[in-house]
Amino acid sequence: MISFLDHLISGINLGSVYALIALGYSMVYGIAKMLNFAHGDVIMIGAYISFCTGHYLGLPAVVSVLLSVAVCTILGIVIEGLAYKPLRQAGSLAVLITAIGVSYFLQNAAQLIFGPNPVQFPSIVKMGNISLLDGKLLIKSISIVTILCGITIMLVLTWFTGKTRTGRAMRAVSEDKGAAQLMGINVNRTISITFAIGSALAAIAGVLLCSSYPTLMPTTGSMPGIKAFTAAVFGGIGSIPGAMLGGVLLGLIEIFGKAYISSELGDAIVFAVLIVVLLFKPTGLLGKQIREKV
Amino acid sequence: MPKVPSINESPLVPKPSGALIPERDLLSTPVLETHHLGIDFGGLTAVDDFNFTVGKTEIAGLIGPNGAGKTTVFNLLTKVYKPTRGTILLNGEDTSGMNTVSLNKAGVARTFQNIRLFDNLTVEDNVKLGLHNANSYSMATSILRLPNFWKQERLAHEKALELLSIFDMQDMAGLKASSLPYGAQRRLEIVRALATNPRLLLLDEPAAGMNPSETAELMENIMKIRDTFQIAVLLIEHDMNLVMGICEGICVLNFGRIIAKGTPEDIQANPTVVEAYLGRKKGD
Repeated sequence: MISFLDHLISGINLGSVYALIALGYSMVYGIAKMLNFAHGDVIMIGAYISFCTGHYLGLPAVVSVLLSVAVCTILGIVIEGLAYKPLRQAGSLAVLITAIGVSYFLQNAAQLIFGPNPVQFPSIVKMGNISLLDGKLLIKSISIVTILCGITIMLVLTWFTGKTRTGRAMRAVSEDKGAAQLMGINVNRTISITFAIGSALAAIAGVLLCSSYPTLMPTTGSMPGIKAFTAAVFGGIGSIPGAMLGGVLLGLIEIFGKAYISSELGDAIVFAVLIVVLLFKPTGLLGKQIREKV
Repeated sequence: MPKVPSINESPLVPKPSGALIPERDLLSTPVLETHHLGIDFGGLTAVDDFNFTVGKTEIAGLIGPNGAGKTTVFNLLTKVYKPTRGTILLNGEDTSGMNTVSLNKAGVARTFQNIRLFDNLTVEDNVKLGLHNANSYSMATSILRLPNFWKQERLAHEKALELLSIFDMQDMAGLKASSLPYGAQRRLEIVRALATNPRLLLLDEPAAGMNPSETAELMENIMKIRDTFQIAVLLIEHDMNLVMGICEGICVLNFGRIIAKGTPEDIQANPTVVEAYLGRKKGD
């Protein structure tokens, strides 16, 4: 029973990180209609920035996280402007290949700058653990921070896209770029803002991920990136609550699968579940039904 | 069919430039002037030598058989297509350096032949999107939830309802745009375009698919919009009752070229127009 609760909490913890990354994938896909495979590597950059500013410069945790968010936001805008914007009219395959190229570029640049060896990432939350049930159940404070971050960010994003002017513009661009432009909405700027938001979330996700799983190296972002992409598809790509739900479920499936079925097959179970869900619900759990115009 | 109130007391008169516009607009700069406008797609000339003027408060019509290039003209006027030749003057100013967005900010708004609403947004949000550039607060303001944000959003909400009330649609504000009946979707497109505060409203077949009584109501509404907002309207339409009923100046296109310009009376009497629509009589 105790171990079940323990796994449940680590599952939600990991799931919240996936959810944060998935939000970035999902928003960018919803608005720019492209899969930004470099998203996972932005997470890694975010974690390194936080590590360097915290470890080498000795800045307080909050400042190092804010710096990492700022750097990743700018990085996201720069990547979009340099790599994807020139391809706006190009086919989706060209954009996809470019995204993979950007991903490798970021990984190799990180290897050059930070070196290929893993570093030990100190948790940004220095508070002690919470013990419940006479000390039988230990909840790491980072888990609580991660889960709260996930919920807060999802609520803020839902409100932002639903109720604000920029959010409305984002939804309009995701539906019909041409019509949005004719209504005076600057599509390029809206896409830029989307990348900025997605990358800021990636920075937070990177810091939280490495606080729970402290090995940081240049390829740290790729596996969580792919799993978060899976989570976004699982929940219904383009949908904010879908990304959140998909992320949390994926985290739970992964942790429970590793704990109760087979620790080697954990990842295989995750993707098997994805395949089964997509067989029965091709648009994902909360995905919108896509009506093709005839 | 209800009688349409006559607005066309003055026939079209030529400006010194030779452009025909209603008498009351003679002293103002025309909202739209095109000179030798043309576009080629590959080797095909879709529109050529398109010279047309729309007065400041004129309701003008663009008609012609299917495939004549009418929607292409709209796409040129909104810079969806880049003209191969010619100039477009908006309120007397050259638009050659402008793109779709800046042209909309300068006062050109349009609707579409096949409705292009934001289907998953509510009716109100569709209108608010038109207001996008009118209510500007920064993203920081909205994230920090500063008072200005609430004020601007409240203003946008009121303005949206006010615009919807033109077509008596304020009760539909909370519905999803895709759930509206067809006629209401067409009207919503006009409201959304109006929300961008245009000086020239381009309507692409506004009466398509409407029954005669809906069309009559639409005619009155188009005139009401022109009178209330003091703007110009250029419309493409196949419904000749509507065109002849409310348009002051009419331009007829065939194979991408203007074959006639003038008042509804001129156009109806023009043998070239009759021929373009109905073909030539045997033996002529």
